[in-house]
Amino acid sequence: MPAIEILGLEKTYSLGFWRKRPKRALQPLHLTVEDGEIFGFLGPNGAGKTTTLKLLMGLVFPTAGSARILGSEWTDPSVKAQIGFLPEQPYFYDHLTAHELLEYYGQLSGVPAKQRKHRVEQVLQQVGLRDVQSVQLRKFSKGMLQRVGIGQAILHDPKLLFFDEPMSGLDPMGRREVRDLMEQLKQEGKTVFFSTHILSDAETLCDRVAIIHKGELRGVGAVEDLTSSVQGKVEVVWHGTQIPASIKALSAECHVTGDRVRAIVNENQQDAMIDALRRERQRLIAITPVRTSLEAYFVEKLRRAETTAGRTV
Amino acid sequence: MRTRIAHIASNTFREAVRDRVLYNLIAFALLLSGAAILVGQISIEIEKLVVINLGLTAVSLFGVVIAIFIGIGLVSKEIEKRTLYTVLSRPVRRWEFIVGKFFGLAGTLVVNTFFMAIGVFAALFYVSHKFVRADALILVALYFIVLEFVIICSLALLFSSFSSPLLSAVFAFSLFVIGNFAEDLRNFAGMAHGFSRWLATGAAYLVPNFSAFNVITSIAHEQPVARQLILQNTLYALFYASMALSGAVLIFENRDLK
Repeated sequence: MPAIEILGLEKTYSLGFWRKRPKRALQPLHLTVEDGEIFGFLGPNGAGKTTTLKLLMGLVFPTAGSARILGSEWTDPSVKAQIGFLPEQPYFYDHLTAHELLEYYGQLSGVPAKQRKHRVEQVLQQVGLRDVQSVQLRKFSKGMLQRVGIGQAILHDPKLLFFDEPMSGLDPMGRREVRDLMEQLKQEGKTVFFSTHILSDAETLCDRVAIIHKGELRGVGAVEDLTSSVQGKVEVVWHGTQIPASIKALSAECHVTGDRVRAIVNENQQDAMIDALRRERQRLIAITPVRTSLEAYFVEKLRRAETTAGRTV
Repeated sequence: MRTRIAHIASNTFREAVRDRVLYNLIAFALLLSGAAILVGQISIEIEKLVVINLGLTAVSLFGVVIAIFIGIGLVSKEIEKRTLYTVLSRPVRRWEFIVGKFFGLAGTLVVNTFFMAIGVFAALFYVSHKFVRADALILVALYFIVLEFVIICSLALLFSSFSSPLLSAVFAFSLFVIGNFAEDLRNFAGMAHGFSRWLATGAAYLVPNFSAFNVITSIAHEQPVARQLILQNTLYALFYASMALSGAVLIFENRDLK
């Protein structure tokens, strides 16, 4: 059973006070997220990522379409006991302390009182807020609020987590911790659906990703598949600080970093390159095929989308 | 369901307390103790009348101001600050949120009124040095004031569910003022003719009839309040607040939280 099935969800907002004009935030979206996977929802700002998450959370109503979450209708309130949600740039009741906030959310999520106390302590420890649990949230930094946000999302041990830009506002250590947490959640068998525009995070974490641009789905697939399209080039690395003329003649694109030289050559020149290195008595370190990065794939998809839109206009 | 409403109400109450809403009690205490000392010096025989009138009017006005200024932000502030996102993404229904907020605010006002009532009785004791049986009537006036608050809370919440805090404040305060002249409006409707009669009658019954809740002057003169009026006002306040809350729920249930 898929964790999420989005069946043609679409959203058009009405803008303006007197003369309403429609603004389509999301084109009919069809997407399936399998149980137990980390799914990245990628797109530039204003692409429709947050609208999709708000639709799934029941915060805005769709113009058309429906969805199923964990096998049930997404509007079924009982489903919400099994999902956790971290909104983008979360803001919480700042009159509460971190401990009180988690306690309150635990109550709303129906966590039994006996388990709640233990669970709140455990989550505070997990998100690194145990030392500041008695401080009111109005005194928290952006990064600390993000940690609170993650804490409240995982508090009731949900099966499915929706994170909207979870790395936003976090320092490198914080980002690393969130990445570790997401991997841990996956190991616990949970499904994580997260939106981001930080592609390196998506590439590191996700099993599959979808790319959305201007409210339209532009591509979806496993990260490995999207990034495995070899460009017909190889990267050759060897010890050295100079680039011999015979290698330059292969019209290789070379870069010297410290005592290493990296060269990108066409696959059909790979043997000639190795021969040249032997002749020049250079010590070969590695030869690896050049793969498309997720970033390159993403940029290419957006560029194509822009070109298509330009032609249509 | 009931527990979720209770948790939301309790959080609303805690927020009001921590946002120092109950600090108004200090201003109230200063006003009342100052007035009690002053009238004790300048009034002859009417100290009690002045203290009851002033005290109950202050309880009513302080409460109305709190009800309006907290009530108007109850929903709109949560949308603006996006605190609502993490509440409604849990198994909390939208109507539970509205009802919980209402009880939280009403609870805050009941607690506030309780402490103010202690102040009124203390000031009364200060000027008359004793309590008499007729002083118990003050409790009826306080009960009517609380019923007024219940209606105002529901109206503030209704406006807050679709309007900005500023407009909500204007609407709620206007209705409070007009509601105090509801009897006059009804009398005017009785005298009007044709279309204006329909219009005035509609308006007269649509606005909350706060004039029926104002028994402060008669109680200050130790005139008893008919039991029928107590029952009538109770049912009216419950009906009116239920209608306003239903309206708030209906609007909020269909609102996109952008």
